[in-house]
Parts: sequence; C-alpha cells; structure tokens
Amino acid sequence: MAAPSSPRKPRGPMMLELESVDSYYGKAQVLSDLSLTVGAGQVVALLGRNGAGKTTTLKSVMQLVRPRAGRVTFRGQDITRLPSYKVARMGLGYVPEERRIFTDLTVLENLEVGRQPARDGSVAWTQGMLFDLFPNLAERRHNRGKALSGGEQQMLTIARSLMGNPALILLDEPSEGIAPVIVEQMARIILQLKTEGLTVLLSEQNLHFAQAVADAVVIIEHGSAKFAGSLAELKAQPEIRDAYLSV
Amino acid sequence: MGLFIAQLLTGLANAGALFMVASGLSLIFGVTRVVNFAHGSFYMLGAYVGYTLMQVLPGAVGFWGAILLAGLIVGLIGIIVEICVLRPVYSAPELFQLVATFGVILVIQDLTLMIWGPTDLLGPRAPGLKGVVRIMGEPVPQYDIALIVITPFVALALWYLIARTRVGTLVRAATQDREMVGALGVNQAWLFTGVFFLGCALAGLGGALQLPKGGADLLMDFSILASVFVVVVIGGMGSLPGAYLAAVIISVLNVFGVTYLPQSTLVLMFVVMVIVLMVRPFGLLGREEVAGEHGQVGEPERPIRPAGTGVRLLVAFLLALLASVPLLGSNFYNVLITDILIFCLFAASLHFLLGQGGLVSFGHAAFFGGGAYVAALLVTYAGTPMELALLLAPLGAGLAAIVIGWVCLRSTGVYFAMLTLAFGQLLWSLAFQWGDITGGDDGLVNIWPSDWASDNVVFFYLALVLCVGGILLLRHAAHAPFGYALRAARDSARQAEATGINTRHVQWVAFTFAGTMAGLAGGLFVFSKGSVFPNELEIARSFDALIVVFLGGVKTLSGGWVGGAFFESVKDVLTRFEYWRLALGLLIIFVVIVAPDGIVGSLRKLGERLGWLRGERELR
Repeated sequence: MAAPSSPRKPRGPMMLELESVDSYYGKAQVLSDLSLTVGAGQVVALLGRNGAGKTTTLKSVMQLVRPRAGRVTFRGQDITRLPSYKVARMGLGYVPEERRIFTDLTVLENLEVGRQPARDGSVAWTQGMLFDLFPNLAERRHNRGKALSGGEQQMLTIARSLMGNPALILLDEPSEGIAPVIVEQMARIILQLKTEGLTVLLSEQNLHFAQAVADAVVIIEHGSAKFAGSLAELKAQPEIRDAYLSV
Repeated sequence: MGLFIAQLLTGLANAGALFMVASGLSLIFGVTRVVNFAHGSFYMLGAYVGYTLMQVLPGAVGFWGAILLAGLIVGLIGIIVEICVLRPVYSAPELFQLVATFGVILVIQDLTLMIWGPTDLLGPRAPGLKGVVRIMGEPVPQYDIALIVITPFVALALWYLIARTRVGTLVRAATQDREMVGALGVNQAWLFTGVFFLGCALAGLGGALQLPKGGADLLMDFSILASVFVVVVIGGMGSLPGAYLAAVIISVLNVFGVTYLPQSTLVLMFVVMVIVLMVRPFGLLGREEVAGEHGQVGEPERPIRPAGTGVRLLVAFLLALLASVPLLGSNFYNVLITDILIFCLFAASLHFLLGQGGLVSFGHAAFFGGGAYVAALLVTYAGTPMELALLLAPLGAGLAAIVIGWVCLRSTGVYFAMLTLAFGQLLWSLAFQWGDITGGDDGLVNIWPSDWASDNVVFFYLALVLCVGGILLLRHAAHAPFGYALRAARDSARQAEATGINTRHVQWVAFTFAGTMAGLAGGLFVFSKGSVFPNELEIARSFDALIVVFLGGVKTLSGGWVGGAFFESVKDVLTRFEYWRLALGLLIIFVVIVAPDGIVGSLRKLGERLGWLRGERELR
C-alpha cells in the first residue's frame, strides 16, 4: 500500500473540515481517523471503491451517523453530535444515494418539505429558480414522486435540498443509476451550482464524472483518506489511481 | 324501512367518536410508528374531563366549550406523556414502545380512579338537543343528528390540515421517511410531539362528544381499544379516509348486529376484520408496508448457547428448592407457587414466539384461555377425566393455533400483532356471549382434578413436572435445528428463504408449538382454580404475558419464566395496595426507559461487568 500523501489544505477559507473521524455501524468500524477539508466554493470529489466509506463520510457530516471520535467543523463551528436538523439548518444540504424522495408527495410538496428560510451569504432559492434549473420538474410539478423516472427523482432530490438554501451540498453518488444523457446534465448542473457560489462535496465511483466537475479529489480506502489534492496532482501520480481506484 | 333508516342513523352517529379516536391513533402511528395502546385511556380522560367541565360551564356554550376544552386538555396531557415516556423509547424496538404505552394505561386508570372515584358518571345531555326527531315514524335523538353532522366537519378539517398545510405536508413526509425529513432541517422531535398532541386531542374530543350517549366509566379505555384497532386495521394504518370508512362500517354493523344477531355483536366486528385482511392485508385504503423499511432496531441479538455447568447447577438447586416447597406445610404457598409455575409456562411459551421467532403476538391469551376452556368444556359436558382433559387442552389450543396462525402469518409486524389481538378478542367474545354453552360471564365452575391429584401437594407436583417439562421442551426447541431456522427467519427472512428455509412454515410451526404450550398452562390453570371465566381470554391477560416477557428480557433465553416468576410474586404483594396499577405502570415505564434489557439481560450485563460471566467478545 502506498504511503498516504499528506492532506494539503486547499486555498481560501475552510467550509468543512473533518478531523480524525471514527464512525461505526453497530460494532463494525467504517471510518477510522478520517480527515479531509473542503474549501469555500470548491467542488470536491470523494473517490473510493465500493465499501470504502464514502456514504458513511457524508452521513457522518450530516450526523445521520454519529462519529464516535473526531470532530466535524462547518464554517468554523463544531457540528459533531448536533441533531441532523440543526446541521441542515446551518446550511448543509444532503442528497442521499438512494434519493429518498417522498413518493406519496407531489413534486411541489417535496420541495415544500425542504424549504427553509434564507441565510446570510447563501443563494435564496425559489421554486421558479429551481424549475429554470430543472425544466423537467416544472412539467411534472403536480405529479407524485413515485411517478417520476430515476433521473427526475435524482433532480428532485437536489432541488429539494436547494430549497433549504444550503451553503454546502453533499451529493452521494449523483451519477449512479441514471441514463448517460442525464449524467451529462447532472455535471452541468453541478458546475452551475458552483458558479452560484455553492460548495459541493460529492462521492463518486466514476472517475470520469469526477474529472468533469471536481476541483479537488479525496481518495478514501478502508475509511481513511489516502490522497488529497487537485485533479492535476492525481493525474501526475497514476500509481495512486491504480492502487485505490482501479477495479 | 323507518326502523332501518333510524338504525343506520344511530350507526352513523356512533361512528363519530370511533372515527376521532381511530384517526388519532392512525396519525400517531403514521408518523411515530408507535402503536399507542394508551389511546383508549385518552378517550376515557376526554370523557371525564369533559364531564367535570360541563358541571362548571353553563348552558349550550358551556357544553360545547367543555367538549373543545376537554380535547385541548387531553392533548396537553398527551404532550406530557410523549415527552416523558415516548421520547426516550422512539429508537427502541416496537415491543418496548407498546409496553411503555401499556404502562401509561395503568397509570391513567388509577389516576382517574383517584380523581373521579369508582362510580360511573352519567353524561349530561346536550342543551337544546334533548329531544328526538321522528324520521318515518321512528324516533332518532337530536344529539345523534348533531353528531352525524359534526363528524364530517371534523374529518374535513383534519383532511385540510393534513393535505393542504405545510405542517400536514411535513407530517405526510415524516410518515414515509422521518430521518430524511430531519436531514432537511425539520425538527422531528416537535413534529412528533405535535402529532401526538393532535392525536390525543382527537381522542379526548371523541370521549367528550359521546358523553350524552354513554357517560364516563373506568372501563371505557379497554372497551374502545379493541374497536379502534379493528377500525384502524380495516381502514389501513395511517389512512384517514380509511379510518372514517371503517368507523362507519363497524358502527353500522354493530347497530344492525344488536337488532338481528344479538348474540354475535362482538364477534361480528372481528369476523369482518379477518375477512378484510385476508383480501387486503394492509386494510381497505392502507399502503403496503415495505419489508425492512424500518430495519432492525436496538442491539443485535446475541447467539444463544447451551447452559454451562454453573447455570445447570443453579437450575438444579432452584428445582430442588421448588420441590421442597410442600415441606413448609403451607397450603397458601403450595397454591401460590402452583399459580406461579403455570404462569411461567404461559409466559415462556409467548417468550419463545417473541424471542426466538420475533413474532409479536397480542393475543396469546387466546391459547391459554382456549386450553382452559377446552378442558372445562370437556369436563362439564363430557365428564372427561382430568388426565384426558389435560392432554386435550394443549391439543385443542394447538389446533386453534394452526388455524389462527395460518391467517395471522399472512401479514407481518403491526398487522400480525393486530390480527392476533383480533382473534384473541374473537375467542373472548365467543366465550362471553355464547352463554348457553360457556356460561358467559358466569364462567364454568366445579372443574376439579381427579381424586388422586385433588390434594394441593399432589397437584403442586403435577404442575411442577408439567410446567418445568414444558419450559425445558421450549428451551430444547430453541437449541434444535428448528430453533436455528426460526431465528434465521426472525433475523433475515429473505436470506433464510434463500438458504432453503420455508420461513412461513417454520413460523407457523412455532406459532402452533407456542399455542400448544400455552394451552397446557391453561388446562392446568382450570384444574388448579376449579373454574374458568372469559377474562382468561382477555386482552389484559395477553398483555400480562407480554409485559412479563419484556420484564424478563426478550433477548435472553430464560426471560420468559424469570419474568413470569417475578411478575406473579410481585403482583401478589402489589395487588394488596389500593393503587397497585399506578405502581405497576410506573415500574413498567421505569424498566422500559432505564433497564430495557429486562431482568435477565440486566443481570447478565452486570455479571459480565463484574467479571462473573464471560462476555460475548471473549467467547469468539
């Protein structure tokens, strides 16, 4: 196993910081001593194989999984062990891998559940703005969640999180299980969110997708970070890619 | 024709209170996933509080104001219960929540008794609505008409709240995925509390509204509980229109039943429920519960292992101690310990079903009482000797379990629990209403053991052998391959199926086995007491067993009989006090929150901490 390269701090003010986080499911340890940072306005891709701990990392940020050790800081404030709803209200949007839209609720009602008052320094999203960003959803606003296609459901999950006017959005495997043409659309949307000033932390297995959207990459394996750096740095070290990402 | 319409109207009027209580229960279940057993108690509180307010507030304004205030006050009491009792157990397994709300029932029962006394209260009549309206010549009380008009408005207001407001949207979202709602920034704790307030307020409103028709008494809580469960299950858990539809069906059916089939009013309701669930396992308008939606909660189960030498010696010592009880020469102790032994076997049989099978049955008394009635009927009508009756009691209960299990195991989780409850009530109402055969409320008496066993000491040894034998047999089954298959079905039905286990079949056999053992306990019970009454089949008896299993520790192997022995001994002491229900209720709530592992589980943990027992880790 290659020696982990020292996680380098990105430029600019820090948005999110994980310090030596340990997380468990019951007695099984998933994250061990995981540290990573996300700078304001960055798109960071969390890469790693199946079971490396990507989803658990995002859940540990949201406090849906409570870290047993370590610290999570968001905009300089310690959010470890806060209830999830407080974490969300501080400006963290969470888009789970299984989407988890409310299938019995209409598109509009799904958005309503996500609505939170605007905070200083973040975009104040309205339904209109979201329907501009996701035109498919506009057509289907009165449809129930279960009537949507996989891609539409994925769009709805993102739109629902944006209704909370987050400063940082956590996307768990946004390219998984949707048609290639939608994957392209997804990449465009992520880049657009970035231009709106949002910070994005996304987990990915698909290196190509990550390359299309991310500024920086964190590679995790067995629940700890093995590499952190820019895309260019990752390209310069193909042995890292081979060790942690190739199947 | 006039009579028909008048009866239809009475049925519709009765549906009002039933709908309000049922919709409250349904709402609470939908969001919190807690089946609130104490919901009948909030209904009862609504009636008592409403009664007191009506004494104070004058005139028509006072009457209707009292009803609204009663709803509000009961809602606020609900908030206290939610914060103190339910919040600590939301993340605990289903059974813990049920037991906790059962503790609430006991507490409310005694508090009501303390405040309002034991006498039934006659509800005041509504000012201005004291007369009757003649419809096609038949008298219909004006108040009934008022109820028929009011109920749809309450239903409509409720529908508007749920379907059209932001709070309602959040409630519906939380019904589907409450964790996600939290992750979107909604404070679930207050959402839960709010829903609990609303649900309890509805129950209180229902209780106060029916005052002019039924008054207030201390049995209201249990008497409405069964109907409410039936309504919620027929309508579909979490569906408001379903609750309304089912409330109307059940109420109308009851009114017609009283007229045309007076012997079967109680039975009818449960028969309808069973039929509906066989056709639509999730109720008329219910949504299918997705398997594994809520996942396994709480600590993972520990693998069971055969008793070590120490435990065996301890058991042998205890048995020797038990066998020497008659040496005390006290008839009182002989009889008391016999009762305890019988109850231990009953508890152990439910514990097997619950702990090994993961099947939460609310109607296990059906088999205990069933066995008791089989024996009693055989003795009364066929002059069957005790030996044969004791053999046929478990067989009869086992046969009943085969049939009931076949129906109930078609559904899972809460629906399974409700179905077992319904069958328990079905048998109870048969025993209660079929007076010509079963003696009804007077029960069957003069059922005594054969001459050789009529001495207390001899019967004690007979009970000792049969009960300990039954408990050991249950324990043996847990260690047999059958027990492994049963636990596999409990922990992951899908994977068990994939390894070739017919999970439904295995559970069916377990259900029958547990029923048979409960029947044996029931048979012994009859000969010990010399009589049997319908209350051996009651919900309360099933709950006794559930509480015992819980107190002993569900996730242990010996929790059933240990809990049984503890409960029966404590009950013997407790029931000497006037407000023993209050004490027992508080004890139950305390155990649920503080020591959820039960007696055996807590002792085991203590032993491991002190180093007396080997922990799980060291065994690997």
